[in-house]
Amino acid sequence: MSLQEAENAIVEEFSMYEEWLDKYEYLIELGKSLTDYPEEAKTEDKLIKGCQSRVWLDYRIEDGKIIFNADSDAIITKGIISLLIGLYSDRTPQEILSSDFSVVEKIGLKENLSPTRANGLVSMIAKIREIARSI
Amino acid sequence: MRVRSTSLMSAVSEIRSLFPALSRKVYGKDLVYFDNAATSQRPQSVIDKWNGISGYSNANIHRAVHRLADEATQAYEGARDTVREFLNAEHREEIVFTSGTTASVNLVAFSFGEAFVRSGDEIIVSEAEHHSNIVPWQLMCERKGAVLRVLPVDDHGYLMTEKLDELLTERTKLLAVTHISNVLGIINPVKKIVAKCHSMGVPVLVDGAQGIVHCSVDVQDLDCDFYVFSGHKMYAATGTGVLYGKKKWLDAMPPYMGGGEMVGTVSFSGTTYAPLPMKFEAGTQNFASTATFKEAVNMVNLLNDNKLKNKIDEIRDYLLDYFLSDERISLYGVPRGTYEDKIPLFSFTVKGVHHEDLALILDKMGVAVRSGQMCAEPVMDRFGVTGMLRASLAPYNTIQEAEYFVKCLNKAIDMLI
Repeated sequence: MSLQEAENAIVEEFSMYEEWLDKYEYLIELGKSLTDYPEEAKTEDKLIKGCQSRVWLDYRIEDGKIIFNADSDAIITKGIISLLIGLYSDRTPQEILSSDFSVVEKIGLKENLSPTRANGLVSMIAKIREIARSI
Repeated sequence: MRVRSTSLMSAVSEIRSLFPALSRKVYGKDLVYFDNAATSQRPQSVIDKWNGISGYSNANIHRAVHRLADEATQAYEGARDTVREFLNAEHREEIVFTSGTTASVNLVAFSFGEAFVRSGDEIIVSEAEHHSNIVPWQLMCERKGAVLRVLPVDDHGYLMTEKLDELLTERTKLLAVTHISNVLGIINPVKKIVAKCHSMGVPVLVDGAQGIVHCSVDVQDLDCDFYVFSGHKMYAATGTGVLYGKKKWLDAMPPYMGGGEMVGTVSFSGTTYAPLPMKFEAGTQNFASTATFKEAVNMVNLLNDNKLKNKIDEIRDYLLDYFLSDERISLYGVPRGTYEDKIPLFSFTVKGVHHEDLALILDKMGVAVRSGQMCAEPVMDRFGVTGMLRASLAPYNTIQEAEYFVKCLNKAIDMLI
């Protein structure tokens, strides 16, 4: 699935949930599915600044593609980063940088988070782009 | 079963109708506003006062002789009389208007420090302080080469006042303590602390940001040297605050900021300062907002009605019993024996659940609570947590809201565990 198709699929998935609590249920499940982030990689340099809860983002390169891994101490935040990873992991830097990341606005995530938390989301996206640019 | 008299219920709904925000909905649900310790909602009377001055009496206070300036000045100075009476301060010039509790503490930390603190002197604060009653003293200590010492709290969240015997020395220049911690919600024995400090010749500043809302404060009875609080937690417009200071201290302290209004005469060979309280009110004041203290104090007095007080005590007891009986929940600030030491403010954590997740879900259920460190990192460290969830109630909250909150909290916990 191309990145564009994956983004559209997420937008469609989210549009099925009318209630915000259902969207949170979905994010919580996504968060719970993210399990293999090693404790020793929870270091200061992998911490994303600007989030109210702590979020760590790590990556490695395989066959020219970036494989992301992440964790958070808050489960909804973890669901959000898991959603982003689901979209942008296992993609080339060019693919990632070709995205306008409007998916987070389309699913209504940005305007439904308080400004401090929306900043956290912006920081996560900025970090993903920064990593893609650095390669 | 709780008895709910219809007359009380109509009194409560009448009170609630005075606050526009309380009837609004969020995400299609009735708003349950439990973040009153951060900002209380504003009654229509306060909004009308602010609008009236902004719309029709907008002129710089004190100086001009024209009609609008006179109206604005009277509204502003009238608020000072209201606050003096509210606190039972001896003199009206002991009431200095500021932009909030933070500004009041900073003013004292600077000006008192300049006048009285020397290298090697000591200042005492408690472990339960808001950052606003820690950092200004740290800055002052840095400036003056003084040392900051800390009065600890026990596991229940009570100040360990017995430690004062060793903390108070001949080097102690001032003790700053909160009337009620914004995290723990325990009413501290400030009158006893003041008496103890005074016996050693040490003045006391009381941070009344929460205390002014939940206790009736008589500064002459407390005998504290400074009492500071904000308007926005007691129904006034935001950007308003009060510094009460005993005249003998305020007279002996140099100005904090220089500028218009605070001067006697100005020349390049030297400037004399205006008498109190103008000495500490440099520049154009936030007069439209400060004037709303009058309506805000009226509201505090209205809400001090005995029937309403009993109702809020009943809600406090209900929530306390709930928090103490649920094994998944740790409550911080647990009253010993009687519940009378506790205000309806509950900071807690839930085992295995992040406070931010709970706050996010509660928000979508229409419940506004606070999550995080609440500007009190030392308290978080004391209890070994990175953050807490806080529900803080005002007299306009209802038992139905408390019951709905408990239902929502349980549902949120179930979603997350």
